[in-house]
Order: sequence, then C-alpha cells, then structure tokens
Amino acid sequence: MRLDEIREIARIEADREDGYRHRINVCVAAGCLSCQSASVKDAFEKEIAKRGLENWCRVKGVGCLGLCSGGPLVAIEPAGILYHTVSVSDVSDVLEALDDGPLDRLVCSGETPFFKRQKKIVLENCGRIDPERLEDYIAAGGYQALHTALTLMTPEEITREIEKSGLRGRGGAGFPTGLKWSTVAKADNETKFVICNADEGDPGAFMDRSVLESDPHRVLEGMALAARAVGANHGFIYVRAEYPLAVKRLKKAIAQAEHAGFLGNNIFHTPFRFDINVRLGAGAFVCGEETALIASIEGQLGRPRPRPPYPAEAGLWGYPTLINNVETLANIVPIIREGSQWFAGIGTEKSKGTKVFALAGRVNNTGLIEVPMGTSLREIVFEIGGGIKEGKQFKAAQTGGPSGGCIPEHSLDLPMDYESLAQVGSIMGSGGMIVMDETSCMVDVARYFMEFCRSESCGKCVPCRVGTTQIHELLGKITNGTGTAGDLTKLEELCDLVKHTSLCGLGQTAPNPVMSTLRHFREEYRAHIEDRFCPAGVCRMGRGKEGE
Amino acid sequence: MTIPAYPTFPRGDSELGKPVGILTLKIDDRDVSARRGETILEVARENDIFIPTLCYLEGLSSLGACRLCLVEIKGVTKLLPACVTPVRQDMEVVTDSERLRRYRRMILELIFSERNHVCSVCVSNGHCELQTLAQKLGMTHVRFDYLYPRLAIDASHERFSIDHNRCVLCMRCVRVCDEIEGAHTWDIMHRGISARVITDLNQPWGESETCTGCSKCVQVCPTGALSEKGKSVAEMVKHKEFLPYLQIMRRNER
Amino acid sequence: MEALKETASKAQDETSKRADDPRWRRVNRVMRLHGYRPNALIETLHMVQDTFGFLEMEALKYVAKTLQVPLSRVYAVATFYHFFSLKPPGKHTCVVCMGTACYISGAAEIMHEMQEALHIEPGETTADGAISLVTARCLGSCGLAPAVVLDGEIKGKMTPAAVLETIERWQADASG
Repeated sequence: MRLDEIREIARIEADREDGYRHRINVCVAAGCLSCQSASVKDAFEKEIAKRGLENWCRVKGVGCLGLCSGGPLVAIEPAGILYHTVSVSDVSDVLEALDDGPLDRLVCSGETPFFKRQKKIVLENCGRIDPERLEDYIAAGGYQALHTALTLMTPEEITREIEKSGLRGRGGAGFPTGLKWSTVAKADNETKFVICNADEGDPGAFMDRSVLESDPHRVLEGMALAARAVGANHGFIYVRAEYPLAVKRLKKAIAQAEHAGFLGNNIFHTPFRFDINVRLGAGAFVCGEETALIASIEGQLGRPRPRPPYPAEAGLWGYPTLINNVETLANIVPIIREGSQWFAGIGTEKSKGTKVFALAGRVNNTGLIEVPMGTSLREIVFEIGGGIKEGKQFKAAQTGGPSGGCIPEHSLDLPMDYESLAQVGSIMGSGGMIVMDETSCMVDVARYFMEFCRSESCGKCVPCRVGTTQIHELLGKITNGTGTAGDLTKLEELCDLVKHTSLCGLGQTAPNPVMSTLRHFREEYRAHIEDRFCPAGVCRMGRGKEGE
Repeated sequence: MTIPAYPTFPRGDSELGKPVGILTLKIDDRDVSARRGETILEVARENDIFIPTLCYLEGLSSLGACRLCLVEIKGVTKLLPACVTPVRQDMEVVTDSERLRRYRRMILELIFSERNHVCSVCVSNGHCELQTLAQKLGMTHVRFDYLYPRLAIDASHERFSIDHNRCVLCMRCVRVCDEIEGAHTWDIMHRGISARVITDLNQPWGESETCTGCSKCVQVCPTGALSEKGKSVAEMVKHKEFLPYLQIMRRNER
Repeated sequence: MEALKETASKAQDETSKRADDPRWRRVNRVMRLHGYRPNALIETLHMVQDTFGFLEMEALKYVAKTLQVPLSRVYAVATFYHFFSLKPPGKHTCVVCMGTACYISGAAEIMHEMQEALHIEPGETTADGAISLVTARCLGSCGLAPAVVLDGEIKGKMTPAAVLETIERWQADASG
C-alpha cells in the first residue's frame, strides 16, 4: 500500500461517516459486554431497520468508552452525547430523542470532571473506532506514522525521537524506553525479536486489555516502528488466555494488516519486513517478568533466570530481544506522529506523557482513565472518580498491585509519577488503582496480596517460595487474632530478606504491600495484635486457625 | 531516587595492557586474577575463598536458585549470585559480611521450616550438605513455624527411594538426569510452595518408562531425599566424583 | 532393531487412529503448523484443553511423543500453568473473580457462601460432576466488581444471593 492509497481510504471513510446524520457508538469492550451491551447494539440495529432510518443513522460497536461503572455506554455522534446504563427497553426512547436533544434520564454530562480532567493519547481512538475494522483505524490517521518512519527516517532517528520524548516503560519499573531500544539496536546480530508484553497479570488492572480490545492496530503499528528502530523482523505478542476477546481482535487485526501490506514483506515498498505472532499465556503471573515470558514463548516453564545477560543481549532463543508492554507501545505512534517535543511537553520533569489507570474499588466512577503524569491522587479519586461510594471516608489507594503499596490519606496530594510513588513506598506499576474506604482492613489487604504472591511464586528460589509462605502465615495469625509482638519483628525481617535476596522482580517486590501498610497503617497491625481487634471489622478475630 | 538501571560495573583503565582474556579483581580485599568468562564462585574457589552453595554443583548448569551464594559487589545495589555472575575487570567482591551472614542463616531457616528435616532419623545424617551448611553458617534454631506438609515416600523403585519430606528443590536430580544421563526422567510439577519433583507423568518411580536406573540423581542429591534402599540412619554416603570425570569425557568427545 | 520398528509402527498407528477424529485433527494441525517443534508445547496444550475441556493423561503422552518433549516436562508445564486442568470440568462452572477490586467489594463473601452451598473447595467439582467452583485472578471487569462468570457469562455487581439462585437452579437440573 502507498500513502495516497491510505489517504484515499481515510477520505472515503470520512465521507461515509459524514453521510449519516446520527452515528450511534455502542461500547462492546468486555466491561460493557458483561452488562449485555451486545443485545443493546442488536436492538438499535433492529429498531433502526424497523423505522427505516438506515440512511440516517448507523450503529457501530466501539471499544472502551471509559466509564465502566455506567455500562452499557452509548455515545451519539456528532452531537457528542454519552448515555449510561442503556438497556434494550431504552432503545426506542434514545432514537426518539436523536433530533430533539438528549434524553435527560440517561445522559452523562460531558462537563463532569470524569471527562474534562482526562487527557487521551493512548486511548485517543478508544470508543471512537470499530476495533474490528482496519478502515476505521486508517481514517483516524492510522499507519501514517509507520509510513513516515519507513520512508523519511533512519532507524537511529526513530530511536532518537523516542529517547528525546522521555517515554518510560509503562509496565511497572519505568525504565527509559529509548535507552532500551538503543541497547537492542546496538546488539550485533542478524536476528532480533520484538515482544509485546500483554500478560497483564495484576489483579485490578485492565488497561492493556482495553487497549487491545479497543484499538489493536495501534499496538501492531507501535511494534512495527520498534522493530524498524532496533532492526528486528519478527514479533510476538504474549497475551493472557483469560482475555479471549482481546486475542480474537488481535488475530483479526494481524490478518487485516498482513492483507493490506502493513505487515509482511516490503512494507510500504521498502525492504523492511516484519511479522507478528500471538502467543497465549496460561495463567502464571510470573510470566510478566521478562525472562519468564521469554521461556514461556519458547514453550518452557515460566521460571525466571538470573539477569544479566539481559534480553537485550540474549533473549528469545538467545537472540537480542526488545520487550515492551502494551501501553508503552501504544505511545509510540503519537510520538512519531506529533514529535518528541510535543510528548515531552506533557507530564512532569522525569515522567513524561500520560498514564492510563484502571480506576476501581470504592469510588463512584470506576473505569478506564488517562491523565497527564503528575496529576494528584486527590484529583483522580475525588474529581474523576467522583468521590467515595455512599459518602464513606477515603482510607487508601493501592497502586502497582501485588508489587505496589497503599497510599494513605495524608498523601492525597501526591503527584502520580514514578519518583513520587516510590517515595511513599508504592510503585506506578502497570496502572491498577484500587480505592479503599473505611470498610477495608489494611492488614487483610496485605494478607490478600501476599496470598497472591505465594500462589504465583514459581518456586525456583528459596526466599520467594518459602519466604512469601511464611509471611502469609504470619499475616494469617495476625488477622485471626493469634499474632504476637514477636511476629511483627519476624514479619519485618522476612520482608527485608525476600526483597533483597529473591531472584526476580516478583519476589523482590512481593513484600511491598506489607511494608507500605506497616509504614502507613502500623496502628492497625497493633490493634490486631494487642487488642485482638480489627478496626475495620473485616477480620474474624478469635476464631483461631481456619477450620478449628 | 535513581532511575532503575541495568547494573553496570565500574570499568577502570587498568584493563589496558593486560594479556587478552586475563583480568584482575578483588575478592574480600584480596587481589586475584581470573580468566574472562569465569564466574565469581569459580574464581573464589580457585583461591580457597569460601562461598556457601546448595543448588550449585560443578559439572551441572547453574541456576542461581538457592540464593546462598549471594555476594556484595561495590557499586552495585543488588546482591548477585556468585554461581552465575561472571567476573569483570576491577570488580570488588565481598563474600562475607554481617548482612550476608544474616541473610544466609535466614534462608537456611526457611529451608528447614519448609519440610521435615529432622536429622536424627535421616539416612543422610552426618553426610548431608544441608546439615553441614547449617553447622558452618551457625544456624542453630528455626524461628519460623514449621510447615511440615507430610509428604509421601515413593519406594516403588527396586533400588532407590525418594522421601519428598527431605527435598529442598535444588533441581540437581532434574539437571543431572537431563544434562548428563540424557533421560529427563525428573522434572518439577506445580509451582511455588506446592512444587514437587516428579518422574515422568507423576507416576511412581518404579513404573517410569524413561528411568535408566543409573543412580546419578541419588548421588548428586544434597540431602536424604534420594537414597539407596536398605540404608539405615546415617548410612547413606553419596558419591559425586563421577560428575567432573563425565564432564571431561563429554567435552573430549566433541 | 525389531523392537524399534515395532515402536515406530505403534506410534504410526496411534497417529492415524487420531487422524480419523476431527477433534484430534485440530490438535494435530497446531503441531504441524509449528513444525512439530518442542516449543509448540503450550500452544498445543491450549488446543487440547479447548477441544476436550481438560488435559487427559493419554493426550499428554501423545503430545509428548509427537513433539519429542520428555514426559516429565509435559507434566511439569501442564501443572505449572494454572489455566490448564488435568481433571474434567463439571457440567456447569461458576468462576468467582478474586481480583483486588472484587475482593474488597465482597468476593470473599460470595466464595464463602458457594463453598458452604456446594461443600467443595475452589478448584473442585461436586461429586455428581454437576458444578465446578473456580477462582479467577482477575477478569478485568473491575469496574463492575464483584464479578462472577456463570457458564461463560460474565455477571457484574453480584451478591451471594444472586449467585446462589443460579446455583440452586443448576442443582435442581442435576437432580431432576
């Protein structure tokens, strides 16, 4: 395909869209699908056919519209109206109201902070395009960045743009993406690989899933750009088997891109070739770790190995390998399109761009949000999130899942960036943010995460395998009212050991939820041990061991 | 807060002018020389510097799993396993410090708490690497609750038996069977604290289609988990001398 | 030499026997696409489970032989990854999401009630083979916590009572 052909497709699509007076976008991402949005979409199609409005209105299934707690969501374009909790019985009312302004009982005001405070870069196409149509992505400017990069830029220039943008890995640790790319680019080897890490294992995180379900081509284009920059010709996407819809859409998108010539040989009539294969995860959190992920793609047990050598030197089948997470790769296209300066102008000094969070827990508005780096936790919870449910009291926000920590109330004004989060003992992580109120017991939350790490530990190294088990046992004693002051000391010693001696990132970060709650909510631990009392009323004290 | 970076090692100018492939470094303040590609552990052992190990065995691939051989390296924030970390020019290694001693003792405590390691009734009493390590590193008692998950003993093989209660999951049996014998009868099922060594499709050892009965796994096992039948308390002495010999033979073949 | 030939022809028989079954043809296709290389193991196990609902011992043996992966390694992979199951699933499946958002919104309570009602632990199937109780790490439906999957259908904002209602219907089906 050539540039003029892409532009022609974009033009035809735009004309087609403009031909309709009303465009009805129904969210068909997993969240809304679980509120029966598919039948709402069907109902719209039938009703429009019944009324003979086919030439005036068209119905489209789109990716995530963000406000998952209000599902099923329906957006009306070009009026810019968003309806929440639309059921099949509301369909005819919505159609009636198309010409005379919004239907008050279902409308979400676009002026609410939930929408106004966000800045969409990664999610710019989510909720706007049909994820199963390549033409929709092209109409939104898709694959033009790849064309620019292949025809006007050298691989070094692409890498330099990413370096200058200040983009850092969105998978958790925040390693500078450009530096990672240039390391792989410098590796001297004919064969190299690019891997997209879509093994989103953190409980409470669904950013990657939403991006893959809503805008799969963006990730493919990002991977192709990365491959061009580092000199790779083969790519893999390692995605959770628990995300069947994302897998289906990815495979469809790859087939479309191959057919259109955006993947395969001689892309855009240049010598560049690149192919992408999908590999399914099989339910092991540890496979989010780079070396375990590589082992899993090789069909092996997902056990991490010591680094160095890093995957950039010796990765998949021993070849230099670049591994980036979904959100990182979704940032590449806009950086190439708009330039690194534009990207570097967003966010804070050391954390550039935006961050997508999966906002969940005890807030009124739950869903997928994207904010500039440096936005305060208070803004996210109380403005975008609409405050705590049922007027209860904010207690903590948990970021980074089982590798992260809890941020207490007195840190509400903390800017969300890599450094600030590390300072309070948490991490950015992949973007899960669970808000907790007074009904959550922080010791119980720590125990919950340690249960997770204990059962996800691969069992290779002793500190992680036995250490997490022993920490979990101690937390079990404390939450059932049989803990002692000595147990608290042991707990702290074990956390220190597991953090500093485990083989991989899973073990090294596993103590974080315990250490951060010990730091900010020590009083709750004390109450459990000394008073045999759970302030939140969650732990069933004095029951002794389970089953006794 | 620093940006998490790939650990880099300080690189001095003194590398210039050295014969190719030979480098110098400091281990515990002693100047030592090494061949490029050697690990810290190998260089330490050549110089009679003690670093405790459990999963490591000369002649088998290295895992870095038991974490007993962790050492401190100047300029690197993380502790690194000596068995898999290659030496670099001007590296300064500390193999023994209060912090390392504390961690090593705790790791042993964790191993002892994981399964049943009561020495007085064990066939390997007096010849057990775990027991020797505990004595050497001064681990005198276990502060953590014993997990003791009463595991089965498989005595279905005509000459050997496996007592899972004594297993430390060092994977020596898995590696020797795969890398030296070439049978790959052993592997590890499940994960985390539920991990167990298995033969074939988790069948009784005696019914294994692939086991050659070579006894290499028994000889390399550091504890009394794998033993010869008919041995009573403290009678099981292991013979690992074959391993370096077989290694040399294999290398010469190529 | 004779013994070797015999084994080879046995393996041949087995392959051709399986070639007649459309279900096995799906599995064979995956292995062929990957050139029968050992690294196709996980992809192949996915297809076996997708086709048969679980990983049977005979299937593991067949895959091990065809891809030339040691038996113990196949078993290790099948048990390391929790997505795979070595036991047949029940007629109905109830998956309770134990993700963080679901956990703090009462998923533990739902799980507790299910265990009481079915007298089984998570990961088990009732003795009559009617209902399997499963936990999920996170379904990614955190906006609708707590979430439960009843026979493949994700239901958001669930309560113990609402799940019990379905369970009771399933139980009535099984006994009636």
